Amino acid sequence: MAALEEEFTLSGVPLSAGPDGLLGVEPSDRTDQFLVTHSGRTVILYKVSDQKPLGSWSVKQGQIITCPAVCNFQTGEYIVVHDDRVLRIWNNEDVNLDKVFKATLSAEVCRIHSVQGTEPLVLFKKGAIRGLEALLAEPQQKIETVISDEEIIKWTKIFMVFKHPVLIFITEKHGNYFAYVQMFNSRILSKYTLLPGQEEKSAIQSFAASANRKFISLMSLSSDGCIYETLIPTHPSDREKNQVVVRSLLLKAVVSGDVRNGVALSVLDQDHIAVLGTPLSASKECLSIWNIKFQTLQASKDLLQGTSGQLWYYGENLFMLHGKFLTVIPYKCEVSSLAGALGKLKHSYEPGSHAVPHFVNWETSQEYGLGSQNSEQSRILRTRKVEVSLQPAVSASAQLLLTIKNDTEKHIEVELRKFLAIKQTPEFHTTIGDIVTGLLGRCKAEPSFYPRNCLMQLIQTHVLSYSLCPGLMEVALEKTDVQILQLCLQQFPDIPESVTCACLKIFLSIDDDSLQETDISTESVFDYSDTVRDEKMEEQTEIMENGFNPEEDNSNKEKPQGTTEETTLSPVTPKRAALLNAVLHSAYSEAFLLPHLKNIPAQHVTLFLQYLYFLYLKCSENATMTLPGIQPPTLNQIMDWICLLLDANFTVVVMIPEAKRLLINLYKFVKAQISVYSELNKIEVSFRELQKLNQEKNNTELYSIEVLELF
Amino acid sequence: MGEFRVHRVRFFNYVPSGIRCVAYNNQSNRLAVSRTDGTVEIYNLSANYFQEKFFPGHESRTTEALCWAKGQRLFSAGLNGEIIEYDLQALNIKYSMDAFGGPIWSMTASPSGSQLLIGCEDGSVKLFQITSDKIQFERNFDRQKSRILSLSWHPSGTHIAAGSIDYISVFDVKSGSATHKMIVDRRYMGVSKRKCIIWGVTFLSDGTVISVDSAGKVQFWDSATGTLVKSHLIANADVQSIAVSDQEDSFVVGTAEGTVFHFQLVSVTSNSNEKQWVRTKPFQHHTHDVRAVAHSPTALISGGTDTHLVIRPLMEKVEVKNYDAALRKITFPHRRLISCSKKRHLLLFQFAHHLELWRLGSTVATGKNGDILPLSKNADHLLQLKTKGPENIICSSISPCGSWIACSTASRFFLYRLSYERDSISLQRVPKMPAFLRSALQILFSEDSTKLFVASNQGSLHIIQLSEGCFKHLHTFQPQSETVEAMCLLAVSPDGNWLAASGTSAGVRIYGLKELKPHCTVPAYNFPVTALGIAPNTNNLVIAHSDQQVFEYSIPDKQYTEWSRAIQKQGFHHLWLQRDTPITHISFHPKRPMHILLHDAYMFCIIDKSLPLPNDKTLLYNPLSLTNESDVIRRRTAHAFKISKKYKPLLFMELLDERTLVAVERPLDDIIAQLPPPIKKKKFGT
Repeated sequence: MAALEEEFTLSGVPLSAGPDGLLGVEPSDRTDQFLVTHSGRTVILYKVSDQKPLGSWSVKQGQIITCPAVCNFQTGEYIVVHDDRVLRIWNNEDVNLDKVFKATLSAEVCRIHSVQGTEPLVLFKKGAIRGLEALLAEPQQKIETVISDEEIIKWTKIFMVFKHPVLIFITEKHGNYFAYVQMFNSRILSKYTLLPGQEEKSAIQSFAASANRKFISLMSLSSDGCIYETLIPTHPSDREKNQVVVRSLLLKAVVSGDVRNGVALSVLDQDHIAVLGTPLSASKECLSIWNIKFQTLQASKDLLQGTSGQLWYYGENLFMLHGKFLTVIPYKCEVSSLAGALGKLKHSYEPGSHAVPHFVNWETSQEYGLGSQNSEQSRILRTRKVEVSLQPAVSASAQLLLTIKNDTEKHIEVELRKFLAIKQTPEFHTTIGDIVTGLLGRCKAEPSFYPRNCLMQLIQTHVLSYSLCPGLMEVALEKTDVQILQLCLQQFPDIPESVTCACLKIFLSIDDDSLQETDISTESVFDYSDTVRDEKMEEQTEIMENGFNPEEDNSNKEKPQGTTEETTLSPVTPKRAALLNAVLHSAYSEAFLLPHLKNIPAQHVTLFLQYLYFLYLKCSENATMTLPGIQPPTLNQIMDWICLLLDANFTVVVMIPEAKRLLINLYKFVKAQISVYSELNKIEVSFRELQKLNQEKNNTELYSIEVLELF
Repeated sequence: MGEFRVHRVRFFNYVPSGIRCVAYNNQSNRLAVSRTDGTVEIYNLSANYFQEKFFPGHESRTTEALCWAKGQRLFSAGLNGEIIEYDLQALNIKYSMDAFGGPIWSMTASPSGSQLLIGCEDGSVKLFQITSDKIQFERNFDRQKSRILSLSWHPSGTHIAAGSIDYISVFDVKSGSATHKMIVDRRYMGVSKRKCIIWGVTFLSDGTVISVDSAGKVQFWDSATGTLVKSHLIANADVQSIAVSDQEDSFVVGTAEGTVFHFQLVSVTSNSNEKQWVRTKPFQHHTHDVRAVAHSPTALISGGTDTHLVIRPLMEKVEVKNYDAALRKITFPHRRLISCSKKRHLLLFQFAHHLELWRLGSTVATGKNGDILPLSKNADHLLQLKTKGPENIICSSISPCGSWIACSTASRFFLYRLSYERDSISLQRVPKMPAFLRSALQILFSEDSTKLFVASNQGSLHIIQLSEGCFKHLHTFQPQSETVEAMCLLAVSPDGNWLAASGTSAGVRIYGLKELKPHCTVPAYNFPVTALGIAPNTNNLVIAHSDQQVFEYSIPDKQYTEWSRAIQKQGFHHLWLQRDTPITHISFHPKRPMHILLHDAYMFCIIDKSLPLPNDKTLLYNPLSLTNESDVIRRRTAHAFKISKKYKPLLFMELLDERTLVAVERPLDDIIAQLPPPIKKKKFGT
């Protein structure tokens, strides 16, 4: 799981960053130290772990830094450009930027790029690129013009591919974008025209890129809030022609497009990207981590004080301007896996039961235009083909979405049924997600609107997950719609622990009358009442047989008849039991669940414990340690929940008289089980002897005469 | 092939003694194994793990330590306080020397092999210089408080580590003084145990000392600072043995729970130079204490109280994934402990200190294949012969007529005359054995029981004429070459004209008994001989080697027979070559000269030379389903090797007459039943 850790600000001077924010944050040659360039006159070297500046340098009044300072990794010196043409090089000991090495260049500098393993590269505004050494040898050399007059460099980035630097820069001209890739091992500059995809009709707001051995994956965030990906080969096949590459949709509607502050995008690793911007639903800005492989939101953080729409990512830290301060958010990410992306998975897949497709088949969806790593040509072709075939479904869903916005509940239901009857397409899950989001959006807008049947139908398509429609359970929780919640718990593989716990709270607190009215599937609850009578008679002997000797325990004799009754009758109604079973089945991580469990009121904890204890007793009654019924809770689930509940609420439970008795019973029962096992250990020896005797019987005697025929 | 009546004998109550030490010699790829009864066995790992030599045990000589030094010299030390060197050529003890330090618990040779270090009961560590023919005491190291249970040299020879009770000492070899004393934590699973015994130490070249102790820990110490670096708790019982590979990149430890753990020096991350010791593989091939482990370049070797010697090849070190990569478990000695009198249906069992004579039962019933026939007379235990003295019996034999029994220990030769009067039996020892008959490695009677052949450990072969109650020395064949090599295997032709004898490495020699002079030598083969037999009528010598090859050599013609050439040309069946126990006995059908009977521990085979040889495509082991097929199919699929795996582990098999076989089995369960109970492990609960 990817996770954003607690943020901290780099103290010192509050930044006098203008409306443009910072010029840049660049790493220095020492880990943990970063050069922050303000768009005014200052360069500050920060040590991140100490959260304090190590040095600060300013240019003279009247001069202005035009390019973020970088570190020359080969010499350890810092380089900055002010007033477009003046190059300054200094090191840690220098105090005054006026007195350090100065070189005036003949053309305007756009950026200086420096990465580990190569000399710094200077990119001029007209697209020419020079190595620093060559430039310093002859500062006034003539700089050629590469890009046409009206093109403006919008974004640049450098990579190391096969130990050689590759520089990419994007230019814009009349709303068209061009990508230039400069290879330094072969000195080839390739130009690509970025064509928008068919459905894309918006301006690009931000770029990010990552490179592997074959491709540079250029991601762009458009004003419609979607992220598009373009693959540019690092080894161009045709170096002459102006090549065309097409953008394809990677992630849909991540942020709302029309924001003033702008949005930013950063590639964290091959599976994760960070997006800074305003989400569709909210008005405040937010930093979110997306897993592009599984298209799930991994983490997000609200940034209330607003940002400058800039984001840098180095090592394990994300840098951004939050309010007036430079904020660092450490970021940790483990290797992405499906299980990791979705949280702990459910264990109980019974071969007989119907197979629930919990997950979208990512293989196919990826192949259909998400991130195929095939050669460029075939990629484009395939994307187009798919788009053509998708056309009717997309239009149907668009129509449905329109219906959702305006029509009555009944009409929506009819339309939805029609829509669901159409054959499922590869993008079915995303369409369903859109529909749910649409429905929920209207729910929020109109408090009276609650399309319960539609939602239930949608959930039962088995393609939804929590991350696809995070609002759904919230709405259901608000409305205390336990039936929807039960369905969600049964269907969604990735419900956060806090939501699970909220469901549990509702299930425990809802009164029986309102439960009676609801239509809850109680198939996981077996009707125990008919077996109760038989058990009463057998109970005493049965326990004896299990090696539990009540005479050893004097207190056991005093056990009032009432307690026995209590334990053989379910403490909750079948409907509530069904709801609780849904919670028992849901996946969780202990560490995340525990804090939420602490918030459950004491009497509810007691009730739940009683129910769990009841289930435990029922489980222990048969040899296979299972409960009857369809998909009943397993013994492990029951035990885990008992332990969790006690862990979370032990001090509370100990104080309540009725819970105390329950605890004592539980303790005694567990003790009895342990003694059974120790008895089994003792019996084992006898069994082994018996086995030995059995073997000896099979063995022939010490001496015999046999007939043997050899062939 | 025919029907046999098989006397299936399981009353040979043989229990091998537990393994105490193992020592691996890298130069010769040989393994020395000492057992609790003092027996020392030498296995040749290159020759299919064949046990080529053994030194008989001695009651007062319990070996506690075994090591190779100065190349191929083998030393042992034990609780009688003596250091013993073995003569690997003559197969006897070269000399023994009292170290004057009380019982010796540990011994190790210096990395150069020129010095020997012993750890004694009185806490002394003594250094001996190995001279060309003896060892010489050099000096004592600083005396410690309690017994020295384990010793290890630093590979450079400058320091040694000595494990004692509760602490490990590091000595400087030059000064002989202790430089560090590392106290071991006595606690065992949080409970304070009385004492923590350091069962083994190993000094690595980087100065790390690895110790294993009775609290179940494997600990790494820094010998320069005398501090504990790392500790692995690996067992609830004692960790009793440790051995490290020559490259010092892996080591093996054995625990009292029967588990063997492999530790390896592994890089912390895939491409970093930083390495750490990681417990990689546990092996549970033993049920009892693993008293000794060894680490050959390609295998982990372990042995213990459960008497098995286990050789576990390391898959990553084995280059070719052939049958050599399989696990080997050696339980039974690779020599015969049983002899048989065909005429009187007697079996003579050889134990460490006594002989047992049994008479087989009989039946009048007949039956078909697989039937167990009702006994009309059960087997009788006729006699138990105890040898006097502490020495183990080396070899024994009963004459085919059943009236002579001979056996030998390391210093005495016994010959008994048996006389039968109806049911009673009387035994008479033949007195006044000649001086040259002191110790025999192999004893054999001629088919007519008139001659006794004795292979002495001096390399000479004595021929003795036996007649009613007395004996006469006929001749002695002296070893031909300068090198004295003991003869371990003998075979005599049924007509009494030829004697074949084989040593451990040189070829088989054939002597003419009429002229009493050497006849010829069979061309040498590079694997040791495991069994010999001379066929009746044809006088063909059949030789089995440890690589599972079988040769037939015509003695009169002095050349390999046509059949032998044919099978060598075609090659043996691959399954035949993959068997992992050697052939220990070869005998012949008295009426059918074309048949050869031979057996190893897991099968017996009758080779019918008249039938075609099997190739790799034919089934070597005839499946049972064929028994139901018609004779035609049977005849078509028949080949020369008739194999039965019905009796196992098979210690002895012999044809008593044309239609009767005797098979002596020793089921492993019966052996386990006689071992002390293993450490119990819980199966249920926590």
